[in-house]
Amino acid sequence: MSNYIKLIVLGLVALFAMMAINFARDTAYLVHAIIVTGVSMGLFIRTLRRMDTPIAAGSVENEYFDSVVRAGVIATSFWGVIGFLVGVVIAFQLAFPYLNFEFLQGYGNFGRLRPLHTSAVIFAFGGNALIATSFYVVQRTCAARLWGGNLAWFVFWGYQLFIVLAATGYVLGATQSKEYAEPEWHVDLWLTIVWLAYLAVFLGTLIKRKEPHIYVANWFYLSFIVTVAMLHVFNNLSIPVSIWGSKSVQVFSGVQDAMVQWWYGHNAVGFFLTAGFLGMMYYFIPKQAERPVFSYKLSIIHFWALIFLYIWAGPHHLHYTALPDWATTLGMVFSIVLWMPSWGGMINGLMTLSGAWDKLRTDPVIRMMVISVGFYGMSTFEGPMMSIRAVNSLSHYTDWTIGHVHSGALGWNGMITFGALYYLVPVLWKRERLYSLSLVSWHFWLATIGIVLYASSMWVTGIMEGLMWREVDANGFLVNSFADTVAAKYPMYVVRGLGGLMFLSGGIIMCYNLWMTVRRAPAKEASLTVAVPAE
Amino acid sequence: MSKTPEKQKGDPETTGHVWDGIEEFNNPLPRWWLWTLYICIIWAIGYAIAYPAWPMLTRATPGLLGWSTRGDVAADIAAVQEANAEINARLASTELTQISADGNLNSFAVSSGAAVFKTWCAQCHGSGAAGAKGYPNLLDDDWLWGGDIEAIHTTVSHGIRNDDDDDARYSEMPAFGRDELLEGAEIDQVVNFVMSLSGDAQDASQVAAGSVIYEDNCSACHAEDGTGDREQGAPNLTDAIWLYGGDYATLSETVSNARYGVMPSWNQRLSEAQVRAVSLYVHQLGGGE
Repeated sequence: MSNYIKLIVLGLVALFAMMAINFARDTAYLVHAIIVTGVSMGLFIRTLRRMDTPIAAGSVENEYFDSVVRAGVIATSFWGVIGFLVGVVIAFQLAFPYLNFEFLQGYGNFGRLRPLHTSAVIFAFGGNALIATSFYVVQRTCAARLWGGNLAWFVFWGYQLFIVLAATGYVLGATQSKEYAEPEWHVDLWLTIVWLAYLAVFLGTLIKRKEPHIYVANWFYLSFIVTVAMLHVFNNLSIPVSIWGSKSVQVFSGVQDAMVQWWYGHNAVGFFLTAGFLGMMYYFIPKQAERPVFSYKLSIIHFWALIFLYIWAGPHHLHYTALPDWATTLGMVFSIVLWMPSWGGMINGLMTLSGAWDKLRTDPVIRMMVISVGFYGMSTFEGPMMSIRAVNSLSHYTDWTIGHVHSGALGWNGMITFGALYYLVPVLWKRERLYSLSLVSWHFWLATIGIVLYASSMWVTGIMEGLMWREVDANGFLVNSFADTVAAKYPMYVVRGLGGLMFLSGGIIMCYNLWMTVRRAPAKEASLTVAVPAE
Repeated sequence: MSKTPEKQKGDPETTGHVWDGIEEFNNPLPRWWLWTLYICIIWAIGYAIAYPAWPMLTRATPGLLGWSTRGDVAADIAAVQEANAEINARLASTELTQISADGNLNSFAVSSGAAVFKTWCAQCHGSGAAGAKGYPNLLDDDWLWGGDIEAIHTTVSHGIRNDDDDDARYSEMPAFGRDELLEGAEIDQVVNFVMSLSGDAQDASQVAAGSVIYEDNCSACHAEDGTGDREQGAPNLTDAIWLYGGDYATLSETVSNARYGVMPSWNQRLSEAQVRAVSLYVHQLGGGE
């Protein structure tokens, strides 16, 4: 019966998409319609061919649903390398503008590739890491199989489709020009559907858990999923110009639009890149360290404080703009108060290692997790500091912001994800150990030095250009032209590009190591994939 | 994988829950953490009282300090304007040609002019004023419309070939190819002749024929000897300084389709003192007459 419903839905989608191909008003929409037609027709045929196949006998209800997590691990590694690669390309395009070749104009110039990079690392790499690890963690800590059967597969593939639609849209020029929310309305609608399915799977699994309590990692994951759903919907409220075209008009305008955008943008950092990844940290650090979490009380207090405070901090992105002073004041004070709640996660992560510090010497995976928590602590101090008006008047619009974002994204999000991947691959593919710990060490050092080069060059160039912009002579006249500040940044831009190149190399080494772990590392005999409550 | 965590001597109590082998210690909140959080909260309340913060029905609380970003920047600007008011007035009223003789006034004008230049002019003429293709180099002594201070001042005030200012400098070169005033072969000849004025023609055999074409079509503006005419902004063709390029292809393009470089007028956007300052700045860059 469900197969018939599936066929009808897929057939209707394919029909609509074919009409969209016919009526498409712009290239991006046309390409998207072609992709959707292909996917829905492929699935239609696949469903049709399987109509007669009987549903496999025997219940899998007491086994963990790990195949989707394995796919997520592969997708995370793949998109990670793509995202880092595009980042390196645009870093060098900034350092050497002639790399914006004539033949790339309108497709591969900096302006088109920049959102491709940010979305690839945040949503494709980070998003897949979050989905995969949350699916893994929620099953293990609830001792329950994922709720909703193949809905988890829908979430996974639906999310990959979103990534492909977003990426092709950027390159072909479909953008609503909102940072980190560039995809146009039709792609946003699709993501909303996928995200609600994700929420259903996660919540359904929590509800049918066999453990009496909900583990702290799951609080963070759930807050991330719920809040991102809300942020995504509100920030993307727009009216399409035509249902056959990608262009849409925002519902909010002017300073309201800016405020909603940065309410979204800041909480994309707060809930996507902080809360979600703290969920990851709260599972993988105690597992890898084999030590209990430092403080249950701290985890409660800092969780509620973090999610209560983060949501108000967005206006600090709009200091010295048309946004009224009172709103930026509130954004600033909430950011400052947020400092300690953010550090609660760092303390709980680092102190969990007390009693296991010796593992830092022997286990490069733990080292990766520790440095990631270190970068987390550093960026969550830097963030509140940069939200202070006086600091912001220097740092705003400079590369300091770029350095700040990357010490968080490469250091915290990147490293904790690498740690989780190194933990997950042997477990998911039932291997005794990783293929090579020395390759993990190589990855660790390449990535760490890469981040240091990246962040420090951006601090130097950011503070330098901030000072150059405001430099005045004795009579109060500006000393530097904008082009002078751009020229002065050149050496730092080269250093930044090299840092990115090192980080990318580390990522490639990781992919090789994970691949070889699956292919070569000795298999593990009995491993626990059956859902049993721990106690 | 639900390995029981290693217990060590001196470990505190756990909460008793276990998830997939993970336990939690029942440690209290670190004191320094809690106190720093309290201090941040107290500071936040104090700051929100001192500065504009709480949205009310019609407006937000202004804060005890009466501070605002707009007030702040207005005060800064007012302070600089007040400090420079007298000397700016003097700059706007002194006879243009006399300013450079007044040491103080001149050095003020040049630093003011440099700031104006870097803000408004550098986009086309480059931050070092060396120009770019289609945008004249202002460092040399080759001037299209005149290089004395008064000519530069007129150019900056009114601009060139713009639609906003009736006093803008104006001239237009005919598009000899596009408007079919000359045959392709004739353009070829005259381009070779023009090249020969400052260097070597691409095809020396065309030069003689080109000189006749030049005489008939170009000399009225660019002068018989090719030295140009500043009254009409007609470039000097003999000095090997080129606005768009002196190679065969670029010159053919110029003769065929003509050029129509535009500069905005600045007297509406900048004060008279600023226009004068930037004129003096450009004048003293090296080529001023």
